[in-house]
Amino acid sequence: MRQMMKGNEAIAEAAVQAGCRYFFGYPITPQNEIPEYMSARLPEVGGAFLQAESEVSAINMVFGAASTGARVMTSSSSPGISLKQEGISYIVGAELPCVIVNMVRGGPGLGSIQPAQSDYYQATRGGGHGDYRMIVYAPASIQEAVELTQKAFDSADRYRNPVMILGDGCIGQMMEPVSMPEYKKPDDLGEKTWAATGYHPGCGRERNIINSLYIEPDRCEQHNLDLQAKYDAMKEREVMAKEEMAEDADIIVVAYGTTARIALTAVRKAREQGIKAGLIRPITVWPFPEKEIAAAAQRCKAFLTVEMSLGQMVDDVRLAVNGCRPVEFFGRTGGMIPGVSEIYDRILKIKEGL
Amino acid sequence: MAEYKKPDSLILPLASYCPGCTHGIIHRLVAEAIDELGIADHTIGIAPVGCAVFAYNYFNVDMLQAAHGRAPAVATGAKRANPGNIVFTYQGDGDLASIGAAEIVHAAARGENITVIFVNNAIYGMTGGQMAPTSLIGQKTTTSPLGRSVERNGNPIRVSEMLSSLTGPAYIERVSVHDVKHIIAAGKAIKKAFRNQVEGKGFSLVEVLSTCSTNWGMTPMEALKWLEENMIPYYPLGVYKEV
Ligand SMILES: Cc1ncc(C[n+]2csc(CCOP(=O)(O)OP(=O)(O)O)c2C)c(N)n1
Repeated sequence: MRQMMKGNEAIAEAAVQAGCRYFFGYPITPQNEIPEYMSARLPEVGGAFLQAESEVSAINMVFGAASTGARVMTSSSSPGISLKQEGISYIVGAELPCVIVNMVRGGPGLGSIQPAQSDYYQATRGGGHGDYRMIVYAPASIQEAVELTQKAFDSADRYRNPVMILGDGCIGQMMEPVSMPEYKKPDDLGEKTWAATGYHPGCGRERNIINSLYIEPDRCEQHNLDLQAKYDAMKEREVMAKEEMAEDADIIVVAYGTTARIALTAVRKAREQGIKAGLIRPITVWPFPEKEIAAAAQRCKAFLTVEMSLGQMVDDVRLAVNGCRPVEFFGRTGGMIPGVSEIYDRILKIKEGL
Repeated sequence: MAEYKKPDSLILPLASYCPGCTHGIIHRLVAEAIDELGIADHTIGIAPVGCAVFAYNYFNVDMLQAAHGRAPAVATGAKRANPGNIVFTYQGDGDLASIGAAEIVHAAARGENITVIFVNNAIYGMTGGQMAPTSLIGQKTTTSPLGRSVERNGNPIRVSEMLSSLTGPAYIERVSVHDVKHIIAAGKAIKKAFRNQVEGKGFSLVEVLSTCSTNWGMTPMEALKWLEENMIPYYPLGVYKEV
């Protein structure tokens, strides 16, 4: 059954369907519908919602709930996600699963409350301290947001690592028809035998200690190498991207999230004008679809990266293309959204220069 | 004299503490309370950042290690997700009264049904003796080399008094471990703080005045005397809240 839902509410309901029973958050625009929805919904399913005193506390409450083996989520927008970074780093270090939603808004500082993609570096490089990564899903529609939210809980459990949903104000605020998928837990996800649930000698397992401290450097290095093995597995298995008209394209636009929808309209317009344009849309911005882009670089003549930032993902595109094709950039920032004709004009200009 | 028996909930040796450190006494009191109430099999302890960071090696229960100051938030998450568990935090004064001031105030204000063991040694032990929010006026530390002054640093925070002004907490008591009589009283308070949680009474905090002879630059005996003569007058012992 399809129903009209606001992005934020759809994400919240998808989380509940996926078994999320605990939510800790602090109000910030443009994601308030997530905590508001959860505050009413979670008690109905025997869970708990708590409005924390800050994002710092919220992410540490997530740490506590995740430690017990529960499915737990927090959401925020850019300034609040900055505050969560120390906690996210601890969650990675302690190998806890959780889902974190960032409905990105304009920055830096208090910035604006309009949609942006300027937290890309923070999301994809491990925004807190230490050597870490996490899967970052960037939905471009509400239906996709719903599906990726459910997948996020599975991926988090599978790798015992946080997973981020990187949205923007548009994804959070707009309404679209959605059908809520029936959630089915993957068979490979077993019992969380590592969880802190209570121990006594003879209970059949060792004491569970949820910890990110490895005071001896050789053990800390080994811990990092173990984490790295998980990131390598994610890179191997979890990359998602969608290509549109990219097969025979001369000019390939790379864009994610809301920007990719606008870029697709510009690409279609270019095709109508006889320009062979195409689109590659990373759905996971980490791990980044570098193989897909490197392969496309063998076929096409030039790339155009479009973002709601002054150029962050373009670095990853350039790394993947590795100098074998020109990579142009166009971006709007601070809460401004690139227009179809602005992107089309860039495509046209590249075409003229070919 | 009865022979000292190691509590089942304590794992010895407490290798990371300096000789004469009172953290060891407080660990024993916590472990005895857990044993006596028979709650070890569903107790979750939360270690802070500070000298007690390795508490996860010493309490024979499932343990979490929290970010600096965030133990009350971590405890809140763990307790909300599994209300049947007994959840306690063990925190120093830098952890609880400085960087984690917001977390402890709000956990107390909400009346979270958790137990907090707050070890006030008036200094940052782990990082080498810097000034704490609870360092006394005139106290010399590595970051108050001329002695703490009201003009430069403001007055030390009395956590028990401050938190007892809130409606949320069920029980707040300040105790000391500078002699046997006070250690026995501290043990009773700690046990009560755990029993309250078992009975669902709500937020219970025991502030334990403690020494740090290493960073105070004293022998362990001198430190116990300094605690008695200097800390207790500014941090009076007693029950600050009980409902
Ligand atoms: C975010 C952060 N800031 C600073 C530190 C460094 N640090 C570690 S322990 C500590 C002070 C601990 O003092 P206290 O809580 O009084 O405990 P004690 O060591 O005296 O038992 C500090 C500042 C840290 N680990 N994390």
